[in-house]
Amino acid sequence: MNRSLRIVVVYPDLLGTYGDGGNGLVLTRRAERRGFPAELIEAASDGPLPVADVYTLGGGEDGPQVRATESLNEDGTLARAVRNGAVVFAVCAGYQIIGTTFPAADGSPVPGLGLLDVATVKGRAPRAVGEIVVDADLPGVGALTGFENHGGLTEVGPGAQPLGRVRTGVGNGDYTDGAWAGRVVGTYLHGPALARNPALADLLLRWATGEDELAPLDDYREQALRSERFEAALGRRTARGRRRVR
Amino acid sequence: MTTRTRVAVFATASLNGLSRRLHMGSGTVAGGRIGLAIAPNLLETLGAGRRSAVVSGTNGKTTTTRLLAAALESTGVPVLTNATGSNMPAGHVAALAGGPADAPAVLEVDEAYLPAIIGALHPNALVLLNLSRDQLDRSNEVRMVATRWREALAETICTVVANADDPLVVFGAQAATSVVWVAGGMRWRSDAAGCPACGGRIRFDEVSWSCECGFARPTPDVDVEVEPDGRTTAVFADGRRLPVVLLIPGLFNHRNAVLAAAAAEVLGVPADHAFEAMGQIEGVAGRFSVQDVGGVSTRLLLAKNPAGWEELLFLVAPGTSPVVVAINARIADGRDPSWLWDVPFERLSGRPVVATGERSADLSVRLHYAGVEHERVADPVEAVAVAARLGGDRGVETIEFIGNYTAFHDLLRANRAS
Ligand SMILES: [Zn+2]
Repeated sequence: MNRSLRIVVVYPDLLGTYGDGGNGLVLTRRAERRGFPAELIEAASDGPLPVADVYTLGGGEDGPQVRATESLNEDGTLARAVRNGAVVFAVCAGYQIIGTTFPAADGSPVPGLGLLDVATVKGRAPRAVGEIVVDADLPGVGALTGFENHGGLTEVGPGAQPLGRVRTGVGNGDYTDGAWAGRVVGTYLHGPALARNPALADLLLRWATGEDELAPLDDYREQALRSERFEAALGRRTARGRRRVR
Repeated sequence: MTTRTRVAVFATASLNGLSRRLHMGSGTVAGGRIGLAIAPNLLETLGAGRRSAVVSGTNGKTTTTRLLAAALESTGVPVLTNATGSNMPAGHVAALAGGPADAPAVLEVDEAYLPAIIGALHPNALVLLNLSRDQLDRSNEVRMVATRWREALAETICTVVANADDPLVVFGAQAATSVVWVAGGMRWRSDAAGCPACGGRIRFDEVSWSCECGFARPTPDVDVEVEPDGRTTAVFADGRRLPVVLLIPGLFNHRNAVLAAAAAEVLGVPADHAFEAMGQIEGVAGRFSVQDVGGVSTRLLLAKNPAGWEELLFLVAPGTSPVVVAINARIADGRDPSWLWDVPFERLSGRPVVATGERSADLSVRLHYAGVEHERVADPVEAVAVAARLGGDRGVETIEFIGNYTAFHDLLRANRAS
């Protein structure tokens, strides 16, 4: 690539409740450390969404989630960008938004953007809140660690694949979490997910840059955090590779 | 008082006294729980006929409560207050059961409990500071809290002293019949972009805010002027201009003191007397105090959420001294430290920084992406020593220790023990 990589955090004023803006920052810094000039834009909901290579969407409350969906539909840039091959990484409320339908505060269905074939309904159980560990099906990504906090149950349709199998936590509600198709990825993992899972961040960057391989970075801080979180979520023995039976 | 109430009051007060004598902590919550178990409407009984003020909001409750209590104490009466920050009903019962029936009370109240406490206590004055995201894995979303405040305030006749700069507070306070608006300030605006009245978007400029639907910042009855050097003046609607001079630092504390002074006037204490009394307060439950930590002069600061961190990072910004940042994620802190990514730690770049606390691994990754070079040290007292060493030949300067709730108290406890 000879121009700078443009990374847009979508509507941090509406979808910025859980520190997910960090995902955009992580992608930007990891690109720069590989020598790719990168531009990070926080795009507020009162302006047009810029054209970009990567879009990240975060978590948000019920009302702002519906407003963000209306604005993105009206704006149209995100859907066009996806057709043109842009990378999308969407978390929690953002994940629900890019699906086909999600519940409003009163449970009534709201049409999503339809960028990913997932449908979310309101769960009957109390909110899923806590550490979550997912074995990702994406190539080279391995186990994912995050913190989930949501009340939705999400079904992955035939047009997408689950992001991975849940080892502990709730995720989509059927022992899977998230979904992906093409270059669009959604998940329930906060943390922010890309700070806790640098391999996933680098996969998105490979998609965005078209590079087959990226120079390795010294991720000792991230690795220390990962082992700590895996141990906290799974216990000492399971963290070493034994699978918990659920 | 009925016999049942008398028994409940006696049980609360004696359990508190016992637990203090046995050094098992102030015992406020334990005693209050027992009292409430014996007489569920105990708070109502204890509050009946009593002059009282209540302070609520996400940040600054404990400090503002202390300031307002100091203002009332200056009139020579004993003031009942939950000084240890036990801000739920059991703590309120314990505070009231411990003193004379006619003593005024100043109580800090958890945001979610405010409607219930207003109903039970019927306070004369209610101070509303701010609302922002806090411990999202367990508490209500802030918009919901503002709506509950609004419903509760529509049914009360108490005078509300409210921060005109926070749209969510204004939405709640507007419903009250009598409101004193104060320019209470708000640096953190990320939770206030969505209009609570219409769902539209609130626009902020330097001093004001408004939405297309007409919902807008009320004109303050008490304005706050800030000189470039930080000197702060409270300007009252009747033309009085009173300097706000405190021993505790931070513009946010000065603005909260103005809210406290406005509430003091509602309770009959002139604002100039109130400011004089508040100006004697040096530290509040250890916060803002400078202590010797293992031979290192350390200023102790507590921030519980992004809005609080934003204020404290602004407070320490002019300095170059080393900074220790301590993060835990116990239940009282919220189990999910994702909010670290909402805090502008970038501002610490270039200063010696040490990360500590039970979640220092999370903090370390955050600081790394913020471009802040740092050391990671597990033990908080040791972290202070390392920070002092990193400061090198800066000499005897005071270092800054900023911790979230339990991390801050871990250091206080460790320092008391040593
Ligand atoms: Zn509006």
